[in-house]
Amino acid sequence: MLEAPSAGSRARSVCLATDDLTAYFGQKAAIRNISIEFADRSVTAIIGPSGCGKSTLLRCLNRMHETIPGATVKGSVFLFGSDIYAEGASSTVLRRHVGMVFQRPTPFPTMSIRKNVAAGLRVSARSDIARIPTNDIVEEALVRAALWDEVKDRLDQSAMALSGGQQQRLCIARALATRPRILLLDEPTASLDPLSTQRVEELIYELKSTISVIIVTHNMQQAARSSDRTAFLLDGELIEAAETGTLFTSPREKRTEEYITGRFG
Amino acid sequence: MNRAERRHLVSGAMIALTYIAAAIATLPLLFILFHLARAGAAALSLSFFTQMPTPVGEPGGGMANAIVGTLVLISIATAIGLPVGIGAGLYLAESTNVRAARVVRFLSDVLNGLPSIVVGIFAWEFLVRPVGHFSALAGGVALSAMMIPLVTRTTEEMLRTVPVSLREAALALGYPKWRTSISIALRTAAAGIATGALVALARVAGETAPLLFTAFGNQFWSVSLNEPIAALPLQIFSYAISPYDEWHAKAWAGALVLISMVLIISLVARVFTRSRFGGAVD
Amino acid sequence: MTTGELTADPPTDRRKMQIREIAIGDGIYRVVVAACALVIPALLVLVASALGRAAWPAFSRIGTSLVTSSNWDVSSGEFGAAPALYGTLVSSVVALIIAAPLALGVAIFLSEFAPRWLRQPIGFLVDLLAAIPSVVYGLWGIFVLLPVLRENVMPFLRDTLHLGATPFFSGPAYGPSMLAAGLILAIMALPYISSVAREVLLAVPRSQREAALALGATRWEMIRDAVVPYARSGIIGGVILGLGRALGETMAVTMVIGNRPEISASLFAPGYTMASLIANEFSEATNDMHLSALMAVGALLLSITLVVNAIARLLVYRVSLGSRA
Repeated sequence: MLEAPSAGSRARSVCLATDDLTAYFGQKAAIRNISIEFADRSVTAIIGPSGCGKSTLLRCLNRMHETIPGATVKGSVFLFGSDIYAEGASSTVLRRHVGMVFQRPTPFPTMSIRKNVAAGLRVSARSDIARIPTNDIVEEALVRAALWDEVKDRLDQSAMALSGGQQQRLCIARALATRPRILLLDEPTASLDPLSTQRVEELIYELKSTISVIIVTHNMQQAARSSDRTAFLLDGELIEAAETGTLFTSPREKRTEEYITGRFG
Repeated sequence: MNRAERRHLVSGAMIALTYIAAAIATLPLLFILFHLARAGAAALSLSFFTQMPTPVGEPGGGMANAIVGTLVLISIATAIGLPVGIGAGLYLAESTNVRAARVVRFLSDVLNGLPSIVVGIFAWEFLVRPVGHFSALAGGVALSAMMIPLVTRTTEEMLRTVPVSLREAALALGYPKWRTSISIALRTAAAGIATGALVALARVAGETAPLLFTAFGNQFWSVSLNEPIAALPLQIFSYAISPYDEWHAKAWAGALVLISMVLIISLVARVFTRSRFGGAVD
Repeated sequence: MTTGELTADPPTDRRKMQIREIAIGDGIYRVVVAACALVIPALLVLVASALGRAAWPAFSRIGTSLVTSSNWDVSSGEFGAAPALYGTLVSSVVALIIAAPLALGVAIFLSEFAPRWLRQPIGFLVDLLAAIPSVVYGLWGIFVLLPVLRENVMPFLRDTLHLGATPFFSGPAYGPSMLAAGLILAIMALPYISSVAREVLLAVPRSQREAALALGATRWEMIRDAVVPYARSGIIGGVILGLGRALGETMAVTMVIGNRPEISASLFAPGYTMASLIANEFSEATNDMHLSALMAVGALLLSITLVVNAIARLLVYRVSLGSRA
């Protein structure tokens, strides 16, 4: 069991670590030789201009990259020390412990709000949540996603009746319901209004005491606000990764500084 | 008239011709439906649905056995054709082997275009000849062979409308691939697939040739799978070519019932799709 | 939340079972789905082999006289199906001559000229033609079409238009005829041709039309010179598809063609088709050779329709691929 470090100590345990990770779409490499560590029980932001490979890197962390036909991965990704790409490792079981929220809301159209949130429970055979009544889990997830008050009276209505922002929060609730140990967020607030965005950032802050959050964002202010560490990607390569405050005030690399000051991207 | 005017005149005339073509094309349908309604309704009565065929000269009589027989046959066809068609549709929509999928798709179209009498011969060869007698099962199998390519095609098309992002959302939750396909993709496409199935059903309900030497027809009441069974199209055919006027009238009534069945199934399919979408989108 | 399951420790038994369940589930799914897909080629193989096997005795004994001889005499073992072959081809060609221009006209109407409010209803009605069962067409053919032909159309063609002087419209006109079969087949093939033609016409890019109009073409000239040539192989594919349908039609044709195994140049004369031949004699096939001969006719019909349909599909595929490229 991995322990959280004592307060004030800079040494944090690592939840995910990539080792010389390269991801291909066919012959073309979208990210190259990335070696990065993600600290446990903290928020790590991945920033960079469009097309730099941030989403690809994120999707390698829960083996979603390989679901695209022709996409392959080279290198390793260690989840608490185990290589998720090892021979015989199950991507499906992995994804039951590593949750993901996508850029655009994807509620299941034929299911009600309640069934949508509980969708992950149907395949998650985890003992710690199997004993809790589904309705309780649904309520807790919706509360954490700041959606409960708006939908508590119509849980059995179709999820498609919700607005875009509500649907995205529904997807967040759906990801939370299975109590993943690590949550991957791919530009989760890109299609949200400022109020919903604020709520999601509050949620992230709340989550990091118990799980690890890795968030891809093109919004630098959001990265600066919400994350403990930030990684900067450019053209498929990891340029710099550091504590958020350090990266934004005194970045080591020139390219990082140029991006942060808006020189490009 | 100068050249430009002539060209415009020709253009107008050709456009008018297309209007005429459209009129000519829709006329036969209206004629047929009209005549069907008139001649069919004249001979139709409640007893038509409840009584068995009677010998010539005797009053009354109906096609109860044929109506039920058609229902039995399309049930068998659906029980076989629907799962196989959906399975094949799933394969075509998801297969990573592009060449194999292309071949299967092509062969499905070929199967679709086979003369229905040839399909009947096939069912006869494997289900009638070995056992020495006609059967409802043989007829149902022949009809299912005609249903499969239709269901396969619509299933594949409907599955392709399911966005990849939906499948990804399921996979990211830890759904295994098979469950993603069935519980998410198939379920999302279900309304469209059901419509396609109903359309295929309407089509095979009216087929006669495949039944000629499989189900064969039956003057008596039978719903047994192992015996020849009456069917509306078969009954219409034998009444139509008979020399008796009252049987001709009954043939019209039967045709009216058959067409109504086909139209009702098609309408249900249409309403079904619309209500599904209407309910989901707000 | 347990991290126990996520550490580098060897996987627990529960997790191994989970992994195995998932693998089994995926495996079974893949097998079942592929098996369903395999049914399709299997059916085709079964159909072809059933016919081929059963037809072989007749083929080997009768040989080419099956298609060259007109003498179909069961008792003496003579099986010349030339009239049936002739009838199948001629009735289908007649049907196409009538249906193809009409279907193209309808397709052009629906894709170019029809006012918006007419488009849906007319399109729906034309498509509905395909939903009418063959036997209902036959019924209508016997009791409505044949009398009209006999009393109005045939005399009109023969006498008023003086076509009776030609061999195509000569001879007695009692109703059941190649013309009747051709007409009914035309009605039945029309929706198929029109549907394909409509699709390919709609797929012609707007730029083609606009370019022609910008050069000063009238609307008709635009259709004739810019749109139709572009969609030409697709339209031809649609016509051949209609041909495939017409070749295989059984019931409606049997009911109006007269079922006379004779070859005649006149459209007024009754005729025979391969499908009708099989339909009429199959249940009463008296001996094995008779049955085999019928199967041989079926095999011939199958081969012809297979080739025709394959050509049609290839043409239509090529257009849809080309328009995407």
